[in-house]
Amino acid sequence: MPNPIPQPAMPQPAIAPPVERENYLNAKYGVWSWLLTTDHKRIALLYLLSITFFFFIGGFFALLIRLELLTPAGDLVQADTYNKLFTMHGMVMVFFFLIPSIPAVLGNFLVPMMIGAKDLAFPRINLLSWYLYIIGGVMMLHCMLTGGVDTGWTFYAPFSTNFTNTKIVEAGLAIFVAGFSSILTGLNFVVTIHRMRAPGMTWSRLPLFIWAHYATSIIQLLGTPVVAVTIVLVAAERALHLGIFDPKLGGDPLLFQHLFWFYSHPAVYIMILPSMGVVTEIIACFSRKRIFGYSFVAFSSIAIAVFGFLVWAHHMFVAGMSVYAALVFSLLSYAVAVPSAIKVFNWTATLYKGSIHYDAPMLYAFGFLGLFTIGGLTGLFLSALGINVHVTDTYFVVAHFHYIMVGGAVMGYLGGMHFWWPKISGKLYPEGWARLAALIVFIGFNLTFFPQFLLGYMGMPRRYYDYSHMPEFQILNVLSTAGATVLGVGYLLPMVYFLWSMRYGKPAPDNPWNAAGLEWKTPSPPPTFNFDEEPVVTWEAYNYDELDSPDKGAPHKEEVPVAR
Amino acid sequence: MLNNFPLWPVQASTIARSVDALYIFLLIVTGMMTLLIFICLVYFAARFRYRPGVPAVQIDGSHALEITWSTIPFLIFMVIFAWGALVYFKERTPPADATEVYVVAKQWMWKIEHAEGQREINQLHVPVGRDVKMIMTSQDVIHSFYIPAFRIKQDVLPGRYTVEWFRATKPGTYHLFCAEYCGTQHSGMVGDIVVMEPAQYETWMNGGSTGPLSATGEKIFAELGCSTCHRTDIQGRGPNLHGVFGKPVQLEDGRTVTADENYLRECILDPGAKRLKGFQPIMPTFQGLVTEEQVNALVAYIKSIAAAKGEAAKASASAAAPPAQENAQTNALANGSQVQ
Repeated sequence: MPNPIPQPAMPQPAIAPPVERENYLNAKYGVWSWLLTTDHKRIALLYLLSITFFFFIGGFFALLIRLELLTPAGDLVQADTYNKLFTMHGMVMVFFFLIPSIPAVLGNFLVPMMIGAKDLAFPRINLLSWYLYIIGGVMMLHCMLTGGVDTGWTFYAPFSTNFTNTKIVEAGLAIFVAGFSSILTGLNFVVTIHRMRAPGMTWSRLPLFIWAHYATSIIQLLGTPVVAVTIVLVAAERALHLGIFDPKLGGDPLLFQHLFWFYSHPAVYIMILPSMGVVTEIIACFSRKRIFGYSFVAFSSIAIAVFGFLVWAHHMFVAGMSVYAALVFSLLSYAVAVPSAIKVFNWTATLYKGSIHYDAPMLYAFGFLGLFTIGGLTGLFLSALGINVHVTDTYFVVAHFHYIMVGGAVMGYLGGMHFWWPKISGKLYPEGWARLAALIVFIGFNLTFFPQFLLGYMGMPRRYYDYSHMPEFQILNVLSTAGATVLGVGYLLPMVYFLWSMRYGKPAPDNPWNAAGLEWKTPSPPPTFNFDEEPVVTWEAYNYDELDSPDKGAPHKEEVPVAR
Repeated sequence: MLNNFPLWPVQASTIARSVDALYIFLLIVTGMMTLLIFICLVYFAARFRYRPGVPAVQIDGSHALEITWSTIPFLIFMVIFAWGALVYFKERTPPADATEVYVVAKQWMWKIEHAEGQREINQLHVPVGRDVKMIMTSQDVIHSFYIPAFRIKQDVLPGRYTVEWFRATKPGTYHLFCAEYCGTQHSGMVGDIVVMEPAQYETWMNGGSTGPLSATGEKIFAELGCSTCHRTDIQGRGPNLHGVFGKPVQLEDGRTVTADENYLRECILDPGAKRLKGFQPIMPTFQGLVTEEQVNALVAYIKSIAAAKGEAAKASASAAAPPAQENAQTNALANGSQVQ
């Protein structure tokens, strides 16, 4: 691709620049330079601020839920309040934190840089995505402040369409609008990855982070419209009494579940695939190795995206579906487990004969591996029809999907934030604190959610605000609540020291980890158009042998005295 | 608190044994997989930690390994799948001669009616060792009838019947939960399953009954005027319902369906949807005119006049009073599981 925009006559700094280089952060100042920016890196930061805000709102709801469950009686909040709390916790975390998290922050920041492009294919649409997200977010906040919703994030009909009198339509519209943000981000990534790769950046040289985002984008493009349609149908039945889902009006409640899970199951892969991409980059860098089985890891992402669309009804094994349909969906659910297993084995094999460093990002990656493995293997229990009947809609399911979506996705997100923070902010975070936070998150997470597997098999149903009928469940709930407190501290720490590092952190070198990948071949923080010259790629992905070979300069450790 | 701190739920039905066996198998299999991965992770992490002057050895991958670690897990998954499916088929196939209990769910209670006429709310009394089939529907939203001690759960939907069955193996009182979120008092929609020795159960059953459900249904059948068209002596304007239940019937549009509970229910509430071949569309809908309980009674009545003839009669007789020998056997089983 030709490079039509010549770089402004900027004096190339000497070895130690006396003044700060121009970069995307100091290129322009003022509120409007942010709110009207089309720079993918600035938009990534806008997303970072907004999803962090929603993460702490969702986390606050989670804390209240855990506090209520500390005692069997419903004594902290009213039943209706509790029902709204878990509903809003789910909706905020799923639609306003997890789905945008890695793609909209790290993906936005890194996809163009990793493939050697100046920006995404449609920078204005990228900004539009953020505005749609914010409009959806404000609508959701308004909905919460004026009464909220009590259906659970799953909106099951006919409860949602004809029985609850909470703000279903408002919440649905908020998700509808935010959904378009997700669709447009996916569209932008697909076009960018197809059309804007630097010369020499072939598909087989793409970082696996890009493959993961490519697979994610396809799900966003194809899946999200279905949830949009579903929301419209719910609103139509609620407002106009069209008989779609409620049998009293001639509808079919199972139809709702099919439509809802057709999006919401693949949505799990929107959350976990990017995280897998992040972890792949981290493991390669900190074991100083090319990823074991590159093409298998790449295509397993695509396989997960494809198979992910074929397993939705495994959420409905007790819903009243035919036994033969259940059989098919159970079988396909095992099929989707294979590519996930392939990934775990390849990551593990990458460590073999590596030269492994234990910096904070790698600790998060190890955490991811452990938690994702447990989350994935408990999926085998849920896919087994006979066991599913007993554990579905219990805390077993709650534990399982938190292991995937919090243990997996959030671990990966935090690992990625640490790994690329020097690039994003141009500053180094305090390594000791970061390692401590990784440890606290890991311990807190397991303490919170492991007891829930036990609770689930013992039969404690989800979404119960009062369990005074079965006080034998209390001790495990107390453990879980204690763990949630630890986990909360673990999540607050990075926010504190990231903010601290922006002011007091040491300046980051361009490539503090001596990592492979084009994003590390540009200054930290990068200039507005990412590269001073358009890069030409002549090497394979993860060429750590070349980076570490003695004739190419100093080995890994000595080049990065600042980071450690 | 520690006195009632169990880590394993009570096992009180035949299905619970099958589910627990599969669960233990899965715990072992996934435990071994976890151990394998974690041992590799920890060993590699320690053995190949950074040492100055020892570079990483670059390895591109290995097709043989990739095929191995795709195929072996896949084969293991298929074993789990097949086993899980077998248990599921057992869970979803009620024995033909099971005692029937009608369940109507509403926000936020369980209304239960035995075929013999006993009514209960948020409680279900059953004898140990007998197959019990629940025919369930909801008056409002989706609920789910969940008995952890029996390892069974089935969503209860408005507008149709769903079915769930069990055979209790151990006397005692067990939790009944609503497992599908249904609104404000979802967590209050709980109750007890009381499993009794057969003799105790007979005593309980004989106290305060208003007569069998099918008799109530017969009364409603007459009151609503059903019997003027659905004559039992000669062919009236509507089909004679004797012996209809459980048989394939031919519809006006050419399809053949089995006249099961859901079909009868639909014919009462939406008679035009699946009209019998050879009859005029003259039956009015009873949607809104009869309660869920009355529909259940009508269905029970129509079933009873089918069972009154031929071999079905035998089946219902044996369901009502199982032979003494079988009883003794199940008691022995129940006692055995108690000793465990």
